[in-house]
Amino acid sequence: MAIHQATRRELLAGSGALFAWAFAPKLARAEGRDPRFLTIVLRGALDGLAAVAPVGDSDWIKLRGDKALKAEGNSALALDGFFALNPAMPNLHRFYGAGQAIVVHAAATPYRERSHFDGQDVLESGYPRPTKVDSGWLNRALGALEAGERAQTPNGRRPFAVGPVTPLVVRGPATVFSWVPPRLPPVADETAMRLLDLYRHTDPELAQVMEDRMGLAPLAPPRPAGVRPQDMGPAVQLGNINLIKGYFAEVAGAAGKVLANADGPRVGALALDGWDTHANEGAVTGRLSNLLGALDGALAAIEQNMGPAWRETVVALVTEFGRTARINGTDGTDHGTATVALLVGGALKGGRVIADWPGLKEADLHEKRDLKATTDLRAVLKGLLRDHLRVEDRALAARVFPGSDGVRAMEGLTG
Amino acid sequence: MALDPRGAALALHRFGFGPRPGSIKAIAVDPTAALVADLDRPNAGEISSAGLLSSGAINRATVQFNAERLARERLETRRKEEAKTAAEAAAVAGQMAAGAGAMEAAAKTPDPKLPQPETPMLTNLFAEAKAHFDAALRAETGFVERLVWFWANHFCVNVDATVAAGAYLREAIRPHVLGRFADMLQAVESHPAMLLYLDNVTSMGPMSVAGIIQSRGLNENLAREILELHTLGVRSGYDQQDVTNFAKVITGWTILNSGFDPEHGGVFLFHPRLHEPGPQTVLGKDYRDTGVTQGHAVLADLARHPATAKHIAVKLARHFIADDPPPALVETLTRTFVETDGDLWKVAKALVTAPEAVAPERTKIKRPSEWVMSYLRAEGFNMVDPRTLVPTLNRLGEPPGRPPSPKGFPDDNGAWLQNLSHRLDTANAFAQNNAERVDAKDLLEIALGPLASAETRQAVARAESKQQSLTLLLMAPEFQRR
Repeated sequence: MAIHQATRRELLAGSGALFAWAFAPKLARAEGRDPRFLTIVLRGALDGLAAVAPVGDSDWIKLRGDKALKAEGNSALALDGFFALNPAMPNLHRFYGAGQAIVVHAAATPYRERSHFDGQDVLESGYPRPTKVDSGWLNRALGALEAGERAQTPNGRRPFAVGPVTPLVVRGPATVFSWVPPRLPPVADETAMRLLDLYRHTDPELAQVMEDRMGLAPLAPPRPAGVRPQDMGPAVQLGNINLIKGYFAEVAGAAGKVLANADGPRVGALALDGWDTHANEGAVTGRLSNLLGALDGALAAIEQNMGPAWRETVVALVTEFGRTARINGTDGTDHGTATVALLVGGALKGGRVIADWPGLKEADLHEKRDLKATTDLRAVLKGLLRDHLRVEDRALAARVFPGSDGVRAMEGLTG
Repeated sequence: MALDPRGAALALHRFGFGPRPGSIKAIAVDPTAALVADLDRPNAGEISSAGLLSSGAINRATVQFNAERLARERLETRRKEEAKTAAEAAAVAGQMAAGAGAMEAAAKTPDPKLPQPETPMLTNLFAEAKAHFDAALRAETGFVERLVWFWANHFCVNVDATVAAGAYLREAIRPHVLGRFADMLQAVESHPAMLLYLDNVTSMGPMSVAGIIQSRGLNENLAREILELHTLGVRSGYDQQDVTNFAKVITGWTILNSGFDPEHGGVFLFHPRLHEPGPQTVLGKDYRDTGVTQGHAVLADLARHPATAKHIAVKLARHFIADDPPPALVETLTRTFVETDGDLWKVAKALVTAPEAVAPERTKIKRPSEWVMSYLRAEGFNMVDPRTLVPTLNRLGEPPGRPPSPKGFPDDNGAWLQNLSHRLDTANAFAQNNAERVDAKDLLEIALGPLASAETRQAVARAESKQQSLTLLLMAPEFQRR
């Protein structure tokens, strides 16, 4: 087994930083930077218009009526006079004010159908259409960095994932380090109630167990001898927005810790679910508002756990597609096209909304129903990967986002 | 012959790991015959060892790896001490100051363990886990694999005590699951994994040469658990003197130290200098000191003891049929065991051909691992990713290779009902990731077919989302029970 030979530079930097050098992307390292990159996949299709509303567009209120975020009345948080942020996201607003957040609006992947599964496949694989490829653009971007690098430490330069399932975006040739939080994503109240109902009709023993766990949630559940408290199942609780908040903050905070670590990986991904708001969307008060609040808390947890490393970090929040511009018959929105990409982190040249605004008149909408895509999400991601991590343009077009030669990397996203 | 799809589905859940696509139809002609046919396959119970290390090889590799790591750490320490320059001190001070604020701020979230490169031991563990679980997914009825799991739990070892826990299954359990109990017993109790797990490797006779020189003596652990857990069963008539004497009999049953012999180490070794000299009396019978064969003789008698037959019969019936095993079934299995001198093929056949085997009441809750296999099989998977599966089973309270005690994982409903809400969270997470791909209604037909109640069908059909539909199916009583 080879014994690692210390170079003079490593010795000078001190043992704590031994591995940090090895992990840092090649050219960034030459510049004395140690960039971090995290992707958060918002599964289910986030309603970009509800997260960041075009309050300066005269057609906006006509489109959404009393479900619309407004500059006055329901206290949307002003961004640039034309766009305003959902009031559930004060931390994102704070980042924006500090020049540490960018909103890219009317953005979409090249996918134009409306299946979650295919949409997520395109979003995460980086291919222009659904494929069976089992690798994602982030993993391949990391691979593209390795060319010409000197021998790696045993850890290698690998991406990481936080969560029970490794998202496709981070899967691929480079082995993924994954960390699974102690708790799983919470179960929807409605699902728990339906299951209890099924048990009551078919299996009294299981019903009894489930009732006990629900009823005794605030108390310590009965614990058999020899079983440690931490080995007990979580109590089934209703009113689960607090569980969702806790889960989001836990996985995102854990990702922050991994990234902050001196000898940890430098790029990673996690997925947060629940954005498929077909009914009772509740953008202002309600389900989506709660989810956005949980997401906002997750961003704060990342910042908090990263400490000084936040300055060298970019977090990209992306979703498979947007939702219909109009509200549907059940106070929700259906699968659509363009949406927002939210970029957060100390390495950004932020405090901007980047949008080639397509307008909201019926003729402006994609197929007369969705916000039209005017920015290719791949341009945003290419810009970040190139300017932040220093992946070369050629690799970005050939390996990371195959078939994207015509999509130019967006300039100047990071400082 | 009339088709019996309901009996087929029941047989697959009770004696296998649930149906794969098409399984119910495939055995509906005669479900019981299909189970018996599984026993008659050539090499039933065995799996390919291609790419897997023998118990000796993994032991040697581990000793080597640990020695190299220790050397590396020592070298690192030495280097650090040599490199205490002013420049380094300044750099370290700067880093710590920067790090302190982050530490305070981060106090609220749990600390993910920093990813470490996988050790060869862990890589081997995952490879063994994969081979083990893949066999459960690929099996047609899965009956023989369930027997493998049963015996693996009956004669459990723990990966924290021995790196050879995976090899142990292939070397000591699998070759004998349809053979004679006496042979399995001999293979198990002399296997390096068991000798390490139950501390026999350092046990020495007080009057043995080594015992006298080192003033050390017996470790009764293995002898006691053989009597209490592996053969006769607790409170079956043996006393402390039997335990002590039996422990003396098996002194010298140890392993060849890989530190001393890097080419051949890690295998069973009978070391005469550790062995207590002289005859011993166990359960009223005298065994003269014939060296290693003194232990063989005791084990052979224990395997044949009526209490052992009863103990195994009760455990089998409890595992497959009910927490309170039907006395008639226990009687049948005990008699078969005794009459055939522990022929496990015949015992297994007696189990599935007994009337209790087709009783419609499904009282047993599947173990978490069984339940997860049921889901993966229904989806048609034929291999697992052990790096995902192992953490999942850890969360579900059944960490692979890490039973809570030498008694193995519990086999009664009470123990597993406590984990129901963990299962719900897990089902929900599975559903979240697969609902777009999998139609729960199709899966219901594949996995349950005629076993599905009208209520379950309705709950699955009327769910408000694909995810909810799949969650309800996986949590349905028919899917949870054997």
